[in-house]
Amino acid sequence: MGIVKTKNLTFEYIRRDDEGNVEGVTKAVDDVSIDLKEGDFVAILGHNGSGKSTLAKHINALLLPTEGSVIVDGIDTLDTDQMLKVRQTAGMVFQNPDNQIIGTVVEEEVAFGPENMGVPTKEIWERVEDSLKAVGMFAFRTASPNKLSGGQKQRIAIAGIVAMKPKCIILDEPTAMLDPKGRAEVLRVLHELNEKEGVTIILITHYMEEVIEADSVFVCDKGRIVMQGSPKEIFSHVEELKELRLDVPQVTELAYELKKAGIPIKDGILTNEELVRELKNVYYR
Amino acid sequence: MSIIVDKISYIYEEGSSMERLALDNISCVIEQGEFIGVIGHTGSGKSTFIQHLNGLLKANKGHIYYNEQDIYAPDFKMQELRKHVGLVFQYPEHQLFESTIFKDVCFGPKNLGFSDKDTQIAAFNALRQVGLDESLYYQSPFDLSGGQKRRVAIAGVLAMKPDVIILDEPTAGLDPKGRDEILDCVKKLHDEMKITVILVSHSMEDVAKYVDRIMVINDGKLVFNNEPKAVFARHEELEKIGLAAPSVTYIMEDLYKAGFDVDRSAITIEEAKNSILNLLK
Amino acid sequence: MLRDITLGQYYRANSLIHRLDPRVKLLGTLIFIISLFLGQSIWLYALITVALIAVIKLSKVPLKYITKGMKSIVILVIISAAFNLFLTDGEVIFRFWKLTITREGIYQCVFMIIRLIYLICGTSIMTLTTTPTNLTDGIEKGLDFLNKIKVPVHEVAMMMSIALRFIPILMEETDKIMKAQMARGADFESGNLVKRAKALIPILVPLFVSAFRRANDLAMAMEARCYHGSEGRTKMKPLKYKSRDHKAYIALGVYSVLVIAISIFMKGRFI
Repeated sequence: MGIVKTKNLTFEYIRRDDEGNVEGVTKAVDDVSIDLKEGDFVAILGHNGSGKSTLAKHINALLLPTEGSVIVDGIDTLDTDQMLKVRQTAGMVFQNPDNQIIGTVVEEEVAFGPENMGVPTKEIWERVEDSLKAVGMFAFRTASPNKLSGGQKQRIAIAGIVAMKPKCIILDEPTAMLDPKGRAEVLRVLHELNEKEGVTIILITHYMEEVIEADSVFVCDKGRIVMQGSPKEIFSHVEELKELRLDVPQVTELAYELKKAGIPIKDGILTNEELVRELKNVYYR
Repeated sequence: MSIIVDKISYIYEEGSSMERLALDNISCVIEQGEFIGVIGHTGSGKSTFIQHLNGLLKANKGHIYYNEQDIYAPDFKMQELRKHVGLVFQYPEHQLFESTIFKDVCFGPKNLGFSDKDTQIAAFNALRQVGLDESLYYQSPFDLSGGQKRRVAIAGVLAMKPDVIILDEPTAGLDPKGRDEILDCVKKLHDEMKITVILVSHSMEDVAKYVDRIMVINDGKLVFNNEPKAVFARHEELEKIGLAAPSVTYIMEDLYKAGFDVDRSAITIEEAKNSILNLLK
Repeated sequence: MLRDITLGQYYRANSLIHRLDPRVKLLGTLIFIISLFLGQSIWLYALITVALIAVIKLSKVPLKYITKGMKSIVILVIISAAFNLFLTDGEVIFRFWKLTITREGIYQCVFMIIRLIYLICGTSIMTLTTTPTNLTDGIEKGLDFLNKIKVPVHEVAMMMSIALRFIPILMEETDKIMKAQMARGADFESGNLVKRAKALIPILVPLFVSAFRRANDLAMAMEARCYHGSEGRTKMKPLKYKSRDHKAYIALGVYSVLVIAISIFMKGRFI
């Protein structure tokens, strides 16, 4: 069984009008069953409102299922006695860098998680040092978070989770408010954590370039998983993705347009090298 | 309509320990009907620059002339300038405050002294221009989706009937389709209403697709001010300052290096496709 | 402009005052404030002035940081001074139009001004030499005993430290909202008091909405990091008294005794 497994997960909430009368029920997550392998770099795509964030919040028990179940490293999230263990196992980083930083000094911010877990003082210092080094921010440990760039703040947020020694980290659109430089910083840190420490990464995003290097991709729409597979498989379906309000990397789109115009190239081109190779095949035939 | 920026410099937090030169001797001209892209990363000074164009910030050195009038002249009314130069900040939906979106859009024209009738007409037109459905006009802004709220905020500035509209990263935080919708809407405004548009963005792909001219700001200095093709051809210099050309440019470079005689100045998918097809057919 | 308020801003240095346990500083500030209101004896104020100057020197904080905080209360000082000057009964010294200035009025006025200035200085030293985290840790540990009567000390301390952390962020946001509304022709400078108050609505509504949104996000982030109140919580930087703290307590004790003694036995005034 994978590190995270959901079975017929459904989340409903009641919509009320201004007077508090019930208007209807919305299924934000509708019968989702996924099984994530430990150590994978998973990407979850979906337009705004597709349910991807709601789905993510079930993995660390911030939300509990209305129906179905979520099992994280063997623990059922409905077992509220184990809620803290679930959250330590599956850490979460949010979109707005400022709204998840509590401390006024970087090292104190990173210590917040371990403090909550009751880790002894000496070990807290060790974990803080290791986490900050893992994200490349050790030099800033006594700085004020207010003086940092967006990318640096997100790295601090990641360090704060890493200090809790989770098995998996969920990130809800962590780069949406960053500039390209900040985005690259954050992605580099995530891949390093995934490759070097074997941390499972669950990245929710709608930046297609971030998805190319993932191990597996899930696409959400209206609370359901409508596509899943490797990046190559997913990006082969350009039209479908566009209908789902998503996009594909420019090189994939270019290849698709060429194919539409009659050039016989493969689907799912993700990199420039692949395109060059394909065109060479066509040209030198 | 013309805006002439003449050697402006701006010092941030003057006199404090955090003093630094945010804008360094910038000069440029913005003419009627242009669609200009301003690129640079966070901290480059681009947000500071655009706030000078509608007088929210005042340069320490240099002048700005709107329709040949010095906006720093003692008898010049900044409120007048803001009637003509509209500025939509990043995440503009965060400034909505009225009980209905219609009322919120009326805020701008009312402040500028439009009559009640003119205010309402301007608000209706603006909301229509951004493509918002009439059924939503009397809803609370807090009931709408992020993309819808953003369009309301843009309408709020359009209702003032500016000659120039400046948008600071209008696609921030939107999903791909949302991004296309906003930019298509802006393009339509430019083409149909002949409004001069200044678009501040991080996305080279967005900028390449829509603008006539690109201004690159780095460290408070204006380093490039030219047509997109000319700017992106110098992508090595762009990379040195931490920016890049659109992905398409790099695809074409790689193809060229592999022996394909393609048009390396292509900066959109359409251009790239046509160039490759010409080669292969 | 909005960033000039140094009340509550930490000034980084490595002075004796910086290194003191926050509980000592909190008690010290409290004793200092109480001593300011124990009368109008010139000897008392001489002692207070000496103590204040000594602490300022020991803190290694440049004077300009301390005086910056006073700019924001200038209006309050002027109003209090005026009230005291013109509305105190006593031996009349000067009279013009409908206003009377009495000898008592002058005393009250001068002392009120001195009190307010010293008040700001004293509390500024506190906040300039203590990081917000340190401060709230001090409050939390110092008021620990209140837990026995079910006062939620930890929660209050947490609220305070979060508030302090978000002050600069909300100030920046206010600035941004103001600029956005100004770009829509809003005018915050002209008009009478009523008009200007109304003009604040386009700033306050978005600001409140934003503050609530942030609070919501922050609560989620805290829960995601296993926050569950003070039970079982350890600290990265636990507070422990050192010998310098004991010495500081003794100095405070001496100061308190002197203050009480002077205010009982040496009630001299000037003039």
